[in-house]
Parts: sequence; C-alpha cells; structure tokens
Amino acid sequence: MSSTVSAAPERGTEAPVRPRPRRITELLLLLVALAIGVGANILVDPERAQADPRHIIMSGTVLGVGALLVHVVLWIRARYADPYLLPLAVALNGLGLAMIHRIDLSTNQSAANTQVVWTGVAMLACCVVLWLLKDHRRLRNVTYIMLLLSAVLLLLPMIPGLGVEINGARLWISVAGRTFQPGEIAKITLAIFFAGYLSTNRDLILLAGRKIGPVRLPRFRDIAPMLAAWAIAIGVLVLQKDMGTAIMFFGLFLAMIYLATGRLTWIVLGVLLMAVGGFAASRVFSHVALRLDAWLDAFNPDVYNRSPGGSAQIVQGLFGLASGGLFGQGLGQGRPDLVSYSNSDMIITAFGEELGLIGLGAILVMFLLFATRGLRAALGTRDAFGKLLAAGLASLMVLQLLVVIGGVTRLLPLTGLTTPFMSAGGSSLLSNWIIVAILLAISHSARRPVVTGPATDEDLATFERRRRDREERRDDERARTDGPDAAGDREPATEPTPSLTRTTSVSHDAAASPGAAESGSATEVISRITHRSSGSDGAARGSRATRPSRSGRAAGDAAASSEERTAPGGNAHDQEGGTP
Amino acid sequence: MNKAIRRMWLMAVAIMVVLLLTLTYVQFFAANALQANPWNNRTLYEQFGRDRGSILVGGKEIARSVPADGDFAHQRVYSDSPLYANLTGYFSLVYGATGLESAMGAQLSGASDDQFYDRVVSLFSGDQPKGASVELTLDPELQRIAYNALEGHNGSIVAVDPKTGEIKAMVSRKSYDANALSSHDTNKVVEAAKSLNADPDKPLVNRAISGDLYSPGSTFKLIDTVAALESGKYTTDTTLPNPNELPLPDTTVSLPNYRQGGCAARSQVDLRFALEQSCNTPFAHIAMDLGQDKIRQTAQNFGYGQNLDIPLQVTPSVFPEDMNQAQLALSSIGQYDVRTTPLQVAMTSAAIANDGVMMRPSLIKTVRSSDLSVIEQFKAEQLRRSTDAETARTVKDLMTSVVSNGIASGAAVPGVQVAGKTGTAEIGRDGLNDSWFTGFAPADDPQLAVAVVVEDVDVTTGSSLTSPSARQLFEAVLNK
Repeated sequence: MSSTVSAAPERGTEAPVRPRPRRITELLLLLVALAIGVGANILVDPERAQADPRHIIMSGTVLGVGALLVHVVLWIRARYADPYLLPLAVALNGLGLAMIHRIDLSTNQSAANTQVVWTGVAMLACCVVLWLLKDHRRLRNVTYIMLLLSAVLLLLPMIPGLGVEINGARLWISVAGRTFQPGEIAKITLAIFFAGYLSTNRDLILLAGRKIGPVRLPRFRDIAPMLAAWAIAIGVLVLQKDMGTAIMFFGLFLAMIYLATGRLTWIVLGVLLMAVGGFAASRVFSHVALRLDAWLDAFNPDVYNRSPGGSAQIVQGLFGLASGGLFGQGLGQGRPDLVSYSNSDMIITAFGEELGLIGLGAILVMFLLFATRGLRAALGTRDAFGKLLAAGLASLMVLQLLVVIGGVTRLLPLTGLTTPFMSAGGSSLLSNWIIVAILLAISHSARRPVVTGPATDEDLATFERRRRDREERRDDERARTDGPDAAGDREPATEPTPSLTRTTSVSHDAAASPGAAESGSATEVISRITHRSSGSDGAARGSRATRPSRSGRAAGDAAASSEERTAPGGNAHDQEGGTP
Repeated sequence: MNKAIRRMWLMAVAIMVVLLLTLTYVQFFAANALQANPWNNRTLYEQFGRDRGSILVGGKEIARSVPADGDFAHQRVYSDSPLYANLTGYFSLVYGATGLESAMGAQLSGASDDQFYDRVVSLFSGDQPKGASVELTLDPELQRIAYNALEGHNGSIVAVDPKTGEIKAMVSRKSYDANALSSHDTNKVVEAAKSLNADPDKPLVNRAISGDLYSPGSTFKLIDTVAALESGKYTTDTTLPNPNELPLPDTTVSLPNYRQGGCAARSQVDLRFALEQSCNTPFAHIAMDLGQDKIRQTAQNFGYGQNLDIPLQVTPSVFPEDMNQAQLALSSIGQYDVRTTPLQVAMTSAAIANDGVMMRPSLIKTVRSSDLSVIEQFKAEQLRRSTDAETARTVKDLMTSVVSNGIASGAAVPGVQVAGKTGTAEIGRDGLNDSWFTGFAPADDPQLAVAVVVEDVDVTTGSSLTSPSARQLFEAVLNK
C-alpha cells in the first residue's frame, strides 16, 4: 500500500481520461434499429401500409417509445451500459413484429397486435428492472429465493385449473383468458440461482473432493443444490412433456458449471448424459420417440402423414427455407403461412423463406453480436456473480438459437422453443427483455469508472460518511443476530481496511484484464494485475485498458486497481465472493 | 473465469458457424431437391400462381394471368380457347403445361436467361417477377376463317407466309377449352380431362403438327414431280404411260387411277395433265423408275424425317425405308406408310412458292419482358433449300394449271393466279377419306401457302370443303 501513496501525487498531475458513456452511439444505433423494424413492417405489404397504416403506426410507436424509454432510463441509472445491446434487441424485436404481422395478413390472425402489447409490457419491465436494479449484485442476496421461485414457476402449469395443455405440452398457465409460459421466466431465475450458488461455492466444487483419473469429482454436498435445481427443472419438464425447454435448462446448467469451473470435462460429460437421457426418454416416452423418428426419417411418407408426431411441420419448414434460397422471396412474397406455427416456433423458416440465407445470416450475426456484448460485459465486470450471470444469460441466448435453428434445419430433433425477441409469445418476449435489463446493468457496472480523476475533498467526505454508515449498519446487524458468521453472510472477516488515496482515473477495463477478478486472496489479485500490466501482454489485451499509458506505472496501477476494491461506492467487499 | 468466458465466446462463434453451414446446405445445396419434392405445394403454388406473361394474337390476349384469391396468386385465363387451344395448350396444376405454355414456359414465367436482369431487379425492388408476353405470328382473322371452315368435321388447316415462314393460321379440330384444364379446382380438372381423353375425336391432339399424322395422298405427287424434274430424265413434255390399272410388281393387286378426274380419257399423258387430273399410274411409273432413294431424298429435302420446333415440337413426317417396288408405287401417291403433318404439306407448297427455298416456320413474332423491352423478335430465316429455283418455278406453273384447268378449281380466286394440289387419302373406312388441298396464291407473288385436311369425308364433301376453304383464306389475305 505504501507504493500507492508514493505514486499518487505523480499520477494526479495527469489529465484524467474518463470512459465515455457512449449513450449517443446507442441513440444513433437505436434509430437504425427502429428503421429496420418499422421498414420491414411496411415492406411486408407496402400497399396495405399506405391504405391502412394503423397497425404499423401502433407497433412503430410502441417499439420507438419503448426503446427511447429504456434509453432514457439508461441515461439516468446506467450511463455506462453497453451501447449495442439495446439497439440489437430492438432490431430483432422489430423484425419479429414485422414477420408476425406479415403472417397475420395471410392467415387472418391478430397475433401481431398481442405481440405489440407484449413488446410494450416487456420494454416497460426492462425499464423497471433497470431502475430498481441499480447494482446487479443485489440479486446474489436472493440466490436461494430464486431456486424456490424457479421451482414454483415450473410447477405452476401442473396446478389443476391454472395450467393449460397446448399441443400435448403442459407449459402454460391461463390467467384472465391469457396464456403465459412461466418456464420462460424460470430460465432467468434459474440462471440467477446458478450464478449465485456457483460464485460462492466454485472453489469447493473445484478443489474439494476425490480425484478419479483426470477428473476431480466434487463432493456431493457441494454439488447437491445444483443437482437439485437441475433435477427439478428436468423432472418437471419431463412431466410437462417439453423437450425443448428441458434441453435449454440442461444446457444452461452445463454452460454455467463450465463458466464457473473452466473444466471442459463437464461439458463433455453433460452432452453424453444428454444423449443417454434422450435415448432413454425415447424408450420411455412415446412423444419423444415420435419426435426422434420424425427427425431421422422425416421424408418417409408414413412418418410425414402421421398425426400426431408427424414430420410434416419440419419438412414444410425445410421447403420454406429452400424456397428462400440465397436471397429470399422478399418480405411478403413467400408462403410462410404453409408452415404450422410459422409465427412462433418456426419463425426462422419464415425469415429464411422471405429474406433468404443472406437475411438469416444477418439475423444470426445480430444474435452473435448480442451474445458477444453479453460476454464482454461478463469479462468486464469485477464480481464473479456478475460474470457468471452475464455469461450464463448470453450463452443461453446462443443455446436457444442452436436448438431452434438446429431443429428447423434437421441438424437436431425439432423441439418447441421460441426464437428470442422474434417469436410470437409474450412470456418469451418479457423474459428476454428482462435479460436485456440484467445484461445492461452488468455491463454498466463493468464499464463504469470507479475512480474518476483525483478524488475531491467532497469525494473523500462522502466516502468517509458512507464507511461510517456501513460500519454502523453492520454493528446493528451483529447486534441483532447471534453468530458473526450469519450476520456477515459472505462478507469476509478479513475485509481489507478501507483506505483511500488520491489516484487517477482507472476505467473498469483495467480490472477487466484477464484474471482480474479470479477468486483468491486480495494480494493474489493485486499481484496478478501487477504482473499483467507490467508486461506487453497487459497493454495488448487491455484495449481501452491502456488508458492512460500503463507502461512504467505498473505499481501505481496495481495499487489503483486494488484501490477500487475499497473505493467510494462501498461495495468493494463483495466483489470477490471468495471464501473466508 | 475470464478464460472460460472467452472459450464460451469461441463456442458461440462455432455454434453460429455450424448453424450457418447447415442453413447453407438447406437453402443452397439441397434447395433444388427440396423444391422438386412432390410434397412441396409451395413450388406448385408459386409456379401455378405466378403472374405469367400473356400470349397475344393480333394484339389481343388469348391467354393471360388474372389475380385470384386462395392459395394461387393468379389464374390462367384463355379467350376464344377452342380457336387457339392446340397452340396455347393448357396450364394445369394436375397435368402440367402443354403447347406454348410449356414450350415458351421459361419466357412466360420470367425464368429464361434473357430475363435474368429483370429477376435481379425484382429481387431488390421486392416486386414479384413478371413473365414475358409472347406475341404470335398468327393472323386472328385467318385463324377464325380456318377454324370455321372445318365446322362439323375433324381436320386441320395450316397457313404460312412462304417468304418468311411466319405461321398465319394453325387450326386443329376437334378442339377443346383450355380453361377447363387450367382451373385450380383439381377435381373439375380431372373430370374434364377424363371426358376429353375418352372422346374418340381426340380433341387434345394438335393435328396440325402431331398426333398420328396423316397419309398425304396425292399431295405427295408434288414431291414426285420435283424428283422427276430434278433427275433430268423428265420434263413437262415427257410422255408418260397412263394405264387405268397398273399391276404392281410381285403382287396380285394393281394400282387404279383416280376415278373422279379425267385420267381415263388418255392412255398417255404428260406431267401437266397427270398433275392436273391427279393420275396415279404415271407417278407410280416415275417413282419406280427413279427408285425409292431418289424419292426419299427429295422428301427429305422438303423436311421429311427432320425434327422441327416452331417452338412447339413438330412430329417428323415419315417416308418409309426398304420398300419393294409395289410399296414404292403406293408411297409415290402418298399411300402405304407415308405419314405427314399438315404443316409439312403447307411447307412443301411454301418452298415451291418461294423458288425452292424453305423458310423456318415459327409461331413466335415477339417476346417482350414485363417492361415491354423486346427479348426475342421474329427474323425470317432460311431453313433449307428444297429444290433449285428452276424446278420450283416449273412445279409452280404446273400447280397453277391444277387450279385453273384441273380438279382443284374450287380454290380459284377471280383475278388471281392460284397454285394448288388436291389429295385424297384412302384410309380404309367404308368410302370415307381424308381429303386434302395444298397450294399458294398469288402464284407470281406468293403471299400465303396453305394445307387443308378434312378427316372422314366422302370425295364430294371433301372437295367441297378443302379447296373452297383455301380460297377463303387466299381471299382474306389478298383483300387486305
């Protein structure tokens, strides 16, 4: 710490460099995204759009106002949030609205109106989550509540009178005449539980336990809550007869274990388990067997004409994709209405037919960019919980696409899953916009400058006041509970003594250097950072992290980084989540 | 943990690449097979609901696509269908496309190579590609006269412009209504097809260029005449034996002369008289004298045995191989196994009219893309030289006498020199024949060459139908 002090005056003389909030970038991109969404909605039937523009005006207004609302909330509550996530979500949502509207036109449905309402609701929910969730780490406090909530959500459709069975799957609940799929929300609550549990216990899972061959098996009691969560998810879904959601949850489970432990063996093991489980399920459950058969033998006339469980849907979907070819038939020019569920589970085939391989490729790239920004936020944020949650949610998005597009192209068996942001379905839209909110919040904490320029006297005063408040609060809590362990929850007893020095600006990216937030003792972190930033490695990888020039200031920088842990904001203590 | 996050990103990229490759397989490599799949109604809906170009005759649409409700965006509609059905064909969901709908399918649907640019434009403009329109060479007035002339009979009339090869009329009766077969109501279509197929008059056959073909009868004598003159062994002055009955070599049968004409009056004739009265035995004599190879060669010079598309496929006319002298004698008067199409007979006359040069016959005048730019334009083109100009002129002169002095006087148009030749093909059905006329007018500046054939008529009815029908056509052309 002494080096910090000595370095401080020298650094203070430099002009501070602030990370830019980049909200203007977001606003410009939002305009592009809205142009894409509304433009597509007009193009599906330009003549009708001219004669009767009510629907287009309505959906454009909802999308535009909703997007601007989220944007404004970001200005106020999360200025440093990632500028790409929101425009990507708006563009995808807009394209989905256009396609659902287009399919309405040829099937005389009104799914697009419902979807517009849900878009509004989902964007509002996004705003609310952003507003309330100033710090995503608060979600970690409710880890086990989330597990309970997941179980309840998944069990809701099983309640007689509330649950509704649609197409043989009991996934929906009916409230006031509207159906809702609680499983969609459960994917978020489960992700939060996994992130919370794994960020706390990953060292135990990793290090404790017997080593068999190259694999170290964790102790049962360390992994038990995870297995319980997994068993609840899978068990309930087997009962509800929905393979797609089961695969999605299992995949989320695997992805998050991998993210927490970094061991590929888990993924290999998991995929094997999934294959074995799938095979077993095909032997036990007739509907799974039919699905597998329709996948492997889709072009057999018997299988094609069979009902239920025939391959007509997947084969017609393939015809749709084929008729799109490279360039597509053009919006409004194809026949996506020939495919059943073309506005929900099969919406990808509708896009493939009308926008072609090139259009679908663009959509895939948008999803990849979305996932990339999510993972970037995970890299940038300092706490293990945030990393796991952001990376887990981003992986979930990719996983969902794999199951959906793999299903319609016959790469995998077709299972009913929605395409994020695009498919008709309120629950899916709502859950995906909440995911956007969480990712935005995490990205804000990742990009936010922790110390912006030399601390002013005012800063120092605020910090001191907050520190006192916190200590007082802790004393109160200690007084209320018996054990010091229970009172402190995860707050390590050996919390570093808060100290503040005048340091120059350090953007989050300094901490985002690889390994910055790896668990371990505080000194270990500091030494790693020092190591990274002293070499060219740190400079090369750090992108914006190289501001201000870091070479030759390794010591000071490391100190600054360590300083973040105790900097104003008062949240440094729970960034590691390490075991005491 | 950051390492795992980075690896997760790589995994996400890998998944996207795999998905893109799979989509590429489905949408590009397997696309054609999927689109050809019989379960793929989409292809059917697209193909049969497409806004195809019109087929026009004299500026009037005889086939057009009109917007329709239901799964198919457009419905094909034919005007005056029986008049043109043998040419347009039908565009049926159940039985596919025939006629020009098939032969000009690529242009009409907008899929031809010439329309590639239009397709690219419509790709970006978002418009559904429109097919090209096809304007035919037909003269609607001639077509109607020809169609009405055959009222009550089966048969065919073909009229071509001998100088260009443009087909001015091409009629086949009994005809049908293509609308009945092009409906989107498949049950109705199947019903209509059943009754059309059961009809003994075979309305679906385009008799002008296909089907079972006809025996050319005495119209084949034009080819005998050309062969005779080309050989140099015969001139118009050469005296030919003209027995009333010619015993055929190595058989017990004999070939009789044509009974209705004036052949019986002379036992020795020249070519002019033989042709005027259509005497059989002089031509049998010539054929047996010149040999089957010479006759066959001449027939081939006029197009026998040659494939042709106009762009409808024309069945090649047949002159048999490996005949004995008796069979050759019968063939020389267009009997035995000689088979021909009315178009072939009309083209024979046209080649003689055009100083021995046969022009390539065609139905297509102009193909225009949807923006009215011309993709294809008819151009007169020589198909082959059938005979030398000298011989052609001599035969033309002889044919003129057939109308002015001989048995084809019904084709005569006052004040105009008409060249012609009749024929009567015995088809072995109790006194009924296929009756022919072919010729052109005016002889000195030929405007129109025609072939008329009427099926299953007695000799009198035949001659009252064929030559006068040709006269009506000549008059219509010459009065323009």
